[in-house]
Amino acid sequence: MTEKLLISLTVNGERHDDLVVESRHTLVDVLRHRLGLTGTHAGCEHGVCGACTVLLDGAPARACLIFAAQAEGQEIRTVESLAGGGEMNDLQRAFSAHHALQCGFCTPGFLMLAEGFLTERPDATRAEIRELVSASLCRCTGYQTIVDAIEDCARGRRREVGEVR
Amino acid sequence: MSWVGRSAARREDPRLLTGNGRFVDDIRLPRMLHAQFVRSTIAHGTVTGVDLSGTLAVPGVVAAFTAGDLAVDDITAVLDRPLSEFVPTAMPVLARDRVRFVGEPIAIVLAEDPYSVEDGLEAVRVTYEAGMPVLSEEQALAPGAPLVHAAAAGNTLVDVSMFATEGIDDIFAAAHRVVYVRSRTGRQNAVPLETRGAVASWDPRAEQLLVQTCTQVPHQVRTVLAECLGLGERAVRVVVPDMGGGFGQKCVVGREEIAVGAAALRLRRPVKWIEDRRDALTASFLAREQRYDVRAAFDAGGRILALDADVVCDMGAYSCYPFTAGIEPLMASAELPGVYRVPAYRVRGRAVTTNKAPSAPYRGVSRPQIVMVMERVFERAARELGLDPVEIRRRNLITEFPYAGINDVTYDPGSYLESLNLCEQMIREEGWYERQEQAAAEGRFLGIGYSCFSERTGYGSGAFAKRKMAVVPGFDLAEITMDLTGGVTVTTGTMSHGQSHETTLAQIVADRLGLDLAQIKIHQGDTDRITYGFGTFASRSATIGGSAVARAATKLADRLLRLGAYLLETDDVELHDGHVRRRDDHGRALRYRDLAGIAYLKANLLPKDAEPGLTASASFDVHGDGTFSNAAHGAVVELHPGTGRVEFLRYVCVEDCGVAINPQVVEGQCRGGIAQGIAGALFEEVTYDAQGEPSCASFIDYKVPTANEIPDIEIRHLETPCAFTESGAKGAGEGGTIGAPAAVLNAVNDALRPTGVELDDTPIRPETVQRAIGANA
Repeated sequence: MTEKLLISLTVNGERHDDLVVESRHTLVDVLRHRLGLTGTHAGCEHGVCGACTVLLDGAPARACLIFAAQAEGQEIRTVESLAGGGEMNDLQRAFSAHHALQCGFCTPGFLMLAEGFLTERPDATRAEIRELVSASLCRCTGYQTIVDAIEDCARGRRREVGEVR
Repeated sequence: MSWVGRSAARREDPRLLTGNGRFVDDIRLPRMLHAQFVRSTIAHGTVTGVDLSGTLAVPGVVAAFTAGDLAVDDITAVLDRPLSEFVPTAMPVLARDRVRFVGEPIAIVLAEDPYSVEDGLEAVRVTYEAGMPVLSEEQALAPGAPLVHAAAAGNTLVDVSMFATEGIDDIFAAAHRVVYVRSRTGRQNAVPLETRGAVASWDPRAEQLLVQTCTQVPHQVRTVLAECLGLGERAVRVVVPDMGGGFGQKCVVGREEIAVGAAALRLRRPVKWIEDRRDALTASFLAREQRYDVRAAFDAGGRILALDADVVCDMGAYSCYPFTAGIEPLMASAELPGVYRVPAYRVRGRAVTTNKAPSAPYRGVSRPQIVMVMERVFERAARELGLDPVEIRRRNLITEFPYAGINDVTYDPGSYLESLNLCEQMIREEGWYERQEQAAAEGRFLGIGYSCFSERTGYGSGAFAKRKMAVVPGFDLAEITMDLTGGVTVTTGTMSHGQSHETTLAQIVADRLGLDLAQIKIHQGDTDRITYGFGTFASRSATIGGSAVARAATKLADRLLRLGAYLLETDDVELHDGHVRRRDDHGRALRYRDLAGIAYLKANLLPKDAEPGLTASASFDVHGDGTFSNAAHGAVVELHPGTGRVEFLRYVCVEDCGVAINPQVVEGQCRGGIAQGIAGALFEEVTYDAQGEPSCASFIDYKVPTANEIPDIEIRHLETPCAFTESGAKGAGEGGTIGAPAAVLNAVNDALRPTGVELDDTPIRPETVQRAIGANA
């Protein structure tokens, strides 16, 4: 149970070498308590609530269902990577503008879920976004404003791409 | 333009969106230990032995304590009522010998890391002598039932007959029609996404126990910590970081919060406890399991003549602090008549104790049920009397205010009729009645349901004293200080856990001082920073906390005006945009920072009678019956015969919470509240097997609805300002949850009309819908 492993993790573009972890240590625990990246939250530790969602090589994943050692060699992205130079990104701004968060505990998970999804599916419809949002739990908002925020962000990104073209 | 009434961007958002919030589990202290609890595996019985030797041998485990080791006092919540009405029972911090529910804490294990503590738990050996569990109100009230608490005969903790109008039996005997509703609601978990948790540490320099915990009621946690641990209150400091929801589950004092305090004192090391989801679902505080037997007398015109109710609430194993097991039956008894003109009323409200995790307040407290029951009463009466269900409500709604209710409550003005009319109009104009006819012709089950209700908010000491609570929550305090840079820090006794108080309270202050939100800092959740407070529950914060904050800001404004008048050599000054200026000459003005500079650094320039510094404090209480928000909900559902699914086609809400300080925040409270109401109506129920083992230990077994189940909700606002809160606001935190179950249940029954089946219980399970349709298909 307490077998120790020496691993290295790449989180938000930064490499953390010489991490001594137990094989049973989950990625969410190592991110939060070893690397101090407490923006990722643990809400259920059985993969249902989605508060711990991070990106692994760009794809949303539940950090409570993955051992830290399994994430070696993958690019890990957490909520701390979204804002650049102290400025919130368009997704974060959309969440604020639409009141898509109240207590904010589930929010980092929804942000990373949406960030990964919109990269894959920039043209997602509202129905598809609602389906996506149903992957995680929020107890405060009733979800409508989360869907609104992601839809608004997607629209904005499409507009930007259109302008570049 | 005023700040109040504006959907100002939330001050909380940037930190929460960037991962910079700080929740309890984000706190890490040097030499910190991690705690978890050995919990009872049986529902009822005696602990005959606790063997911790194996645990202490587990690598990483530092200590383990039973009740005997820690020797702390019990948590006891009481009412000021005679024994015939209320039986006090103690909740030990750790079970001594008796255990009363699966999940009850028996011992605390402490280890160097959270993984080792789990290893330690596995090595504990507890032996029991199992007794017969009591698992329902029927079992609890049955003659000869085993007793959960020896002191509570008949397993009854509360038995209060709050009202009994003289001659009510004659009214029933002579009535044109008597309608019966028997309704049950399932046990629920409030499910804040952040589970409970605390970090306790002894500060030898301050000679204080610091407990950082996610609670809605920091001062009440301080009081119980001091009582149980034998400390002076000044030797305890409770600090609340960001909170991931609460919804009532965190407005009572948890025994685990006390146990970690005791362990930290004993070991002189910081101790962290983070409840895992299994414990949160099985061993935390629950709510809502109630049974109603109601009769209502009507005349031929559909006017209600009398209401007679018997209410039994299954409060689980213990009374919660400070509300006691009376929280649900007393709320139900006091508020059942609701928005209707009920001329005669009789009610008996009981709390029974069972071998299940104890109940605490949960968003709405009994009002989701009483509204559901009353709305069922009117729907049934409408059917039996051949009246339109909306019309029968119109004939009975309170329309003249103030209205002195039969329930000894005076209702302040609201828009009961207007909200119902607008709600029905929205549904009608969108063509749902035509679509319903069309669906019926196609053999589909489409239903339209309404609920119409008010929600008492701003419960002050007057209202809670009527309930005869020994701890009478009610007033709140606020302190405001202007600093040398001309901004202010406001400290409140309320405790936001998602409700946006850092924004809405700042909006109230901004208007009174002519400041921008960026110049206002709201402080909450630190018992060392404000003398006292009752925290956040019962939709009290905007009304009571907000009014205290408004009064403190007004006092500070007065000080600024007086100081400005003295320095500007006139009596005619005003505040404007961070300045005090002469009304007759706007060019002669002093910036707030200039005034602060004098008040703090050049006190020699102050008038002789003026105190240095720029601080003001105020309190606010409601001595009357509080203020009533109101709303009407309209739901359109379609039932799917194959799966039993209840699909929402439309959901509208017309709400009136007086002056909306921040309309976007109000809408957020409505939508989130409705989602929790729908959850109770259709999805969530905590169940137990025949031995009292909880059947819901994960989110697989306890169905919290997702975006697939919760529909988009359209909200319209009406505004009947409160006459006595400083901002005109009424509370908005609970209404959504209160109104939704009734609207959903009525809509489902409307859809089931062709089958003849009527449902009165929640949650409405898919198999119930299948059965109702299948039997008639």
